[in-house]
Formats: sequence, structure tokens, C-alpha cells
Amino acid sequence: MKVTLQNLTKKYPSRNKKQPQDVIAVNDFTFEIPDGQLIGLLGPSGCGKSTTLNLLSGLQKPTSGRIFFGDDDVTDLPAENRGVGLVFQNYALYPHLTVKQNITFPLENRKGKDKLTKAQMAQMALDAAKLVQIETLMDRKPSELSGGQQQRVAIARALVKMPRILLLDEPLSNLDARLRLQTREEIRRIQRSTGITTIFVTHDQEEAMSISDLIVVMKDGVVQQIGKPQEVYDSPVNLFVAKFLGTPPINVFDGQVKDGKLFIGSEAVLEVPGVTGQPVTAAVRPEGFTLSESGALTCRLSGVEVMGRDISVISTHPDSQNAAIRSIISAENQVDPASAMVRFDLKPNKVFLFRKDTEARIRF
Amino acid sequence: MEKNNRKGWLYLLPAAVFLGFFLVYPLIDVFIYSFEEGYNFASQTYFGVGTYNYSYVLHDPYFLQALKNTFILVIITVPVSTGIALLISVGLSSIQKLRDLYQTVYFLPYVTNTLAVGLVFMILFKQTPYTDGLANFVLSWFGAGPVDFIGGPYWAKMFVLCFYTVWVVMPFKILILTGALASVDQTYYNAAKVDGTSKLRIFTKITLPMISPTLFYLIITGFIGAFKAYSDAVALFGTDLNSAEMNTIVGYIYDMLYGNSGGYPSYASAAAILLFTIVLTITCINLLVSRKHVHY
Repeated sequence: MKVTLQNLTKKYPSRNKKQPQDVIAVNDFTFEIPDGQLIGLLGPSGCGKSTTLNLLSGLQKPTSGRIFFGDDDVTDLPAENRGVGLVFQNYALYPHLTVKQNITFPLENRKGKDKLTKAQMAQMALDAAKLVQIETLMDRKPSELSGGQQQRVAIARALVKMPRILLLDEPLSNLDARLRLQTREEIRRIQRSTGITTIFVTHDQEEAMSISDLIVVMKDGVVQQIGKPQEVYDSPVNLFVAKFLGTPPINVFDGQVKDGKLFIGSEAVLEVPGVTGQPVTAAVRPEGFTLSESGALTCRLSGVEVMGRDISVISTHPDSQNAAIRSIISAENQVDPASAMVRFDLKPNKVFLFRKDTEARIRF
Repeated sequence: MEKNNRKGWLYLLPAAVFLGFFLVYPLIDVFIYSFEEGYNFASQTYFGVGTYNYSYVLHDPYFLQALKNTFILVIITVPVSTGIALLISVGLSSIQKLRDLYQTVYFLPYVTNTLAVGLVFMILFKQTPYTDGLANFVLSWFGAGPVDFIGGPYWAKMFVLCFYTVWVVMPFKILILTGALASVDQTYYNAAKVDGTSKLRIFTKITLPMISPTLFYLIITGFIGAFKAYSDAVALFGTDLNSAEMNTIVGYIYDMLYGNSGGYPSYASAAAILLFTIVLTITCINLLVSRKHVHY
């Protein structure tokens, strides 16, 4: 199911009398989600991603704008008539019902000609349970399940009614690190095998990057960038997106463009043809550094971390906005931890320039 | 471990001493009295030991009347008050405007002086040479004749007693139930809503099971409280409850000890033990039922 958002806006009235302007949780969100894709809504807390999810589910009404599922305008449809499956952050499994009863609950709601027989419901519940591999746990209560199993039950409950779209609110935040890796693969597999358009919300960029077909980066209710994870990572539109994506985080410097060259401090570190002379913010991905005896950028070495495949060189520079510059280089290079200085060359495609005032990208 | 254990008992000692002295010892004592025939407080003497006290009490028409009254009171007021309290609590939780006002209104009887409540019921039900009372005034609209609710037929008096009891116990139940309803996580309702669950089904399949522990707590304490009813009857019908046919078991025990026919501690003890047995049995049944129906 294709999902279209048109100028979607959600405002909350201000409760603070001193600041009477409304709080805008989602601001003018226009986007067409292609059929059968896995979309990650990504942003820091308070950026409006959960509100967007609630607007899609129908639990909240937008202030303005329209929502289409396929060609149906569902903006004014209440949640129960939209046919969405929603997995809550805390799973919201009914504690007094068994796993099986939890999964069949949405099916028992059907009335009239859609009404199902007990056998049909049991079969559909079993199919959904098999999909998430919990068919052996059907008679347990949610309190007798681990976090990961509860998560699967919640997904099965959302899938059993064959929703038009599946929404997941922070699906992995309540799981431990190992289970998180496993479950995100699982979500990917389930989404692939059902082909249901799936939208999930997360504040964890790694999570979003690893499994999404498309990611939507949001900040303060405004969509910053939409694209394939690698595209967004390789070509951020502004400083916020550049900083938000990537671990270790991107290294940000105060710089200056003069005569087609980028200067950090007094050193000309990179040719940037076509950029007019101005003060800029320069951001360099950790993998954008190469060690070189005659490197353009000189930093004070503060440590070396060996990680087997790579080594991570930690250094400082007076014009760096980060407390420490973290660069990841191949372990084939040797860095003497005792040396005071380290010199780098920069890879042009890993360096991004941003305007000082608007933080928008300057392309070169 | 051993040492810690002793420390634990030491902490429990003050409470244990008080409970033992004022609760366990009297209970055992009453049990002993109930088998001592013709016990006399003043001389501390009795004629013999046996089950005559029980036989007397169980054949006493006043006791049987009290037993019947108490059972009717329990069977009517506990379900009615809990049911109405549940309805009002659900209503209170679903309104936004004036919620605090309504909550205060429903809670007022709880903090109102018993005498004031008595006065209100007097105005409602009592017949005087000047007026037939508000209840009869309303009845007259429907062409029903005046009924003497305080001194008239048995059913009218029982109605007033039940009405009074329900009204008095309701505020506490509403308070507890609104608390229980508010503590149900909103995401369960959201989850049910997204799945297209009807309001009735949300109530019976989600709300009720979620608040079932509280509901059973109220039912059990309601049963116990109603079995111990006495002061309500006195407030409405005066102290001579036997002649008003409105006595309760606790009233019977009191009368046996201190009333006009008083001075019979053995009979009072036997009646008290009978009441204790009834309450214990009902509570055990309640707990067994609740274990089956209350989840978690």
C-alpha cells in the first residue's frame, strides 16, 4: 500500500501563557511512501516522529494536511477503520490474556459479514505466530515471556489482521544490545516476507540505517532529508543530518574558504573549486582521513585505539568543535602513540562544507 | 541468617503484643465464653459447659430475624453499591469538564456527619403530623399512596436501610475505583482502538480484568462491612431494633450484652462466634472465586 502525506501539520496549543504561540510537532510534512517498503523515521527525541506515527495510525488528528492510503483519503477515518497494525513501544500486550488470546483479539472484533469462525481465527493466529516464530508459546501469559518474545507477540498481533500498513514505535528500545541486533534482522525478514508497507520510528540512527529502504530524518517537526540510508549518509543536506548519522560521529571544524581552498586554522587542507570565499563549517567523516607524513591537517595526537581490523586515532585540533577528533584508518598503518603530532590528508568525498548561518550544505 | 531472623521477630514484637492482647486473646476468650452456660461477669461463675448457648441463640426468633435482616442487607447492598459505584467511576473517568466538581459531590457523603445524614434521611422518609416526607411526595406524583418508611411495613423499612447503606458506602468505592481506572495504562486502550474494538468490548475485555483485583477487594470488604452493620440501623430506627424488626447480628450481640434484655454474655459470645464463622466462610468463598477470576 502506497502511503501519501500531503502538507501534514500537527500543532498543539501552548499551555504556557508567556509563550502563546502553538507548539508545532509536525510541520508541513509532504512525502510519498512507496508500496512495500520499510521506512525509518529518524530523529532526536521531541522531533515529531512519534506524532507522525500517531497521525498515521489515526490516534491523533492532524491540524491540517491529508493522509492517503493508496488512493483512499483516510485523514478523517478513526483509527479503528484505517486497517493499520501498530506495535507500541512498551508492546501493550494485555497481561490477563494468553499469547494466543492476545493475537486473536483483533480478529474477534470483526462484525457482520467479516465475522470469522473460531477455527479460522485459530488458523490465522497460528500463521501469524509462525511468521514471528512464537508458535510454541501460545498458551503463556505475557509476564512469562522475555522482552524479545513479547516484542514478537506484539508484532504478530499487529500482523494477524492483515493490516494495510504496519507501524512500529521504537520497536527495539526495550531490548538489550544483542537482542536488538537479532530483532532488527527479524523485522526486516518479516517485512520482506509479508510485503506490507512498514514505517518505524527510532532515535537510533544505526538501527534506521541498517534495515530501512528509506530513512526520513526529522528535527523539530521539520523533515530534513529523505533518502536511501547510504545516500543520506554520503550526501547530507545540512549540518544536522551530517551530525546525526554515523558512528563514530562526524568531526566538525571551523574553517574558511579562500581562493578555492579550504583552510582549517592556517593550513589549506583541501581544494574546493567553485566555492566562494567565506567562513564555513567543515565536517569530516571518521573514515575520511588518511595518514600521511606530509599531510595537510596537523593534529595533536592524544591516543590510539586498536580495534583489530581498524585503528582509531584520537587527536585534538584548536578549530575542532568536537572535544576529540576520531579518525578510523586501516590497521595496516602504523601510528606511534608516543609521537606528539599526527598529520592527515582528507578524502574529498568525505568532507562536507556547510554555511555558517543556515547550516545548509555548500556543494563543490 | 539465624540472627537476622531474631531481629525480625524483635521488630514485630510491639505489634504482635498489641494484637495478641487486644485481638487474639479476646477472640479465644469469647470462644470459651460461648461454651460456658449462664456465665456471670460479676461473680465469674457458670453452671456448666456445653452447646446450650448456641442452641438457645439459634432458636431465638430475634436472632433469626437479625440473621435474615443481615443477609438481605448483604445480598442487596454489596452488588448494588459496587455496581453503581463502577458505573459512576467509569462515567467520571470518561468526562473531562467538571470532573473535579462531580468527584467532590460524590465524595461528600464520606465526610458528612452521621447526624446530618440522619437528618437528611428523616426529611426524605419520615412521616410527621405535618408532612409525609419527600419520598412520599414523589410517590404521590405516580398516584402511589403514602408509605410509612420508618415505622411501617417490613419491606419499606428494609428498603430505607438498604438505600442508606448503599449511599453511605458508595463514596469510598467510587474513590478506589476511579483510582484503579486511572491507573490502567492508556496504551492498552490505544492498542484496542487501533484494532477496532467496540467500547463495550474494551470495557468487558480490558477495563474489567485490569481493575478486577480492586473490584474483588471492594466486594470482600463490602461483604465484611455489611455483615457488621449496626449503627446504620440505629441511626434510622432508634435503639429498640428488635421491636422494629430491623435488628442485625451485631445489634443482637450488643443487645444481649447491654440492651434492655442484656446481661447474657454467653449468648452474646455464641452469636459473635456464629457471625465470625459466617464472615470467615463468605470471605474464603470470595477468595476462592477471585483466585479463579482475578488475573495477576
